[in-house]
Amino acid sequence: MSHLPSLLAALNALAGGLFLLSAFAMVATRQTRGCLALFIYQSLLLAASAFLLAGEYGSAHLAGVGVVNLISKPIVVPLILRRTLSSEIYTRREIEQALNIPTSLTIALALAVLAYFLAIPILQSVAPQFRSANVPIGFAGLLLGAYTLSVRREAVPMLIGILAMENGAFFAGIALSRELPLIVELAIASDGLILVFVAGVLVRTIQRRLGSTRVGELAALREAQAPGAGRPA
Amino acid sequence: MAFRILCNALQAIVALALSPLIGGVLSRLKEIVQSKRGPSVLQPYRDLWKLFHKDEVVSDQSSWIFRATPYVVFVTPLFVVLLIPVLTSYPLFLAFMADMVGAGFILALGGFFACLGAVDPANPYGPMGASRTRMVGFLAEPVFVIVFFTVSFVAGSTIPYIVQAQWTRSAGSFLAPAHVLLIAAFLMLILAEAGRIPVDNPTGHFELAMIDESKGLEYSGRGAALMKWGGHMKLMVLMCVFLNVLVTPWGLAARQQLAAVLLAIPLVALKILALILVLVVIESSLSKLRLFRITEFLGAAFITCVAAMIARTFAA
Repeated sequence: MSHLPSLLAALNALAGGLFLLSAFAMVATRQTRGCLALFIYQSLLLAASAFLLAGEYGSAHLAGVGVVNLISKPIVVPLILRRTLSSEIYTRREIEQALNIPTSLTIALALAVLAYFLAIPILQSVAPQFRSANVPIGFAGLLLGAYTLSVRREAVPMLIGILAMENGAFFAGIALSRELPLIVELAIASDGLILVFVAGVLVRTIQRRLGSTRVGELAALREAQAPGAGRPA
Repeated sequence: MAFRILCNALQAIVALALSPLIGGVLSRLKEIVQSKRGPSVLQPYRDLWKLFHKDEVVSDQSSWIFRATPYVVFVTPLFVVLLIPVLTSYPLFLAFMADMVGAGFILALGGFFACLGAVDPANPYGPMGASRTRMVGFLAEPVFVIVFFTVSFVAGSTIPYIVQAQWTRSAGSFLAPAHVLLIAAFLMLILAEAGRIPVDNPTGHFELAMIDESKGLEYSGRGAALMKWGGHMKLMVLMCVFLNVLVTPWGLAARQQLAAVLLAIPLVALKILALILVLVVIESSLSKLRLFRITEFLGAAFITCVAAMIARTFAA
């Protein structure tokens, strides 16, 4: 078992590869709907990886993490978004970005390289069969999520960027600690859901005020007018 | 000795005989997905038969390049077939004459002549398609090179047979992240190189939107048949490299017996059918990209394969 990885570890590596692919695709995609689909797909891969690691380590906690992930992210998050947001946000085809897609992808690549370098010092504490997959790819997912968050100018994809960051952190985390307490995952999952709910309500308000959700346009601060006072000269 | 010659001949015959069927099955399945009946899977054979029996019209303003191009386009995929594992997992005669990069260059030679042949008779649509093909080609080139060198990094060789043998031995690293990324990048490369849907619409009849098809507009009769057949074979060669070297290196004949080699033919056909199903799903669910979005598509393929290279380097 030292040089030849087990089937579970091999499948986990496969989930890792697809996870990285979905993180790149999330940077490249232009549609809100596609972004959400990729997020769901990524969350499913995260849950799959948690189950596989649970099988390999024999840890019930990690299986619990998988179950919580499987329920919260691919099912509840899209439901909340669909309930709080109007369908107009989903049907918009193109998302505005601060940078064009080829530049974005090049930066994303640099971030992935950075993630691999960042993972080197931590790798000592990971079981050797999972070394190549979870930690560097989780870091890459974290950084790419942060990048999506900063470069998108549309509210819902930014929200998905935050959630993708969380996905990435968990993807690395489940390999680092075998006995990740279930309570931590439950707390974070419920936190995440509340975040989605609050952000959904906020986006809804923004849309009602502005008629769109292009938060990239909200760049300049305008002083609120006092009810009685006239416009300052 | 005689057996190896027979194997080589068999590879070429399989490529010649089965390649039009791939196009036929692909278009038939696509039509079925769209709730239509579609032409028979044998339609490409009938097209070739019809074209071979028609007279050929060649402009007297064109040069020898126009006349030579169909033969070059037809012959280059056949040369590549002799270099790659199509049916056998042990190297045949010419396996060490050129590596994967060499095979790529031979395919590129066919593409180069097709472009020259399109420019030669001064049909206005030909040069347009040729320049577009070159654009797609030079964007696909870095992906091609990085994919093959990353694959070869594991085997320590760029000969496709050795790479294939390496993958069958080390099934553990088969599911590694780097390999998944490589497969994705190479699939995107096949779509671009073969002129399939997100990049080019092979069934389109609108000359202004054509990329690959417009290069063959001036050809008629035998020339058109050879160009079409060469195109079918090119797709099959790319599929064979993809399946037999990268994705499923199993199911090839391992023993030096005629029965084993003949048994490999249906297995390879089955693998190709599976890939065709994937292509049908891709082609039915995506629409053709605008011309300047192709840079993004191939840019994504490039990023994917570079990420694979990084993952491979760090994993080793």
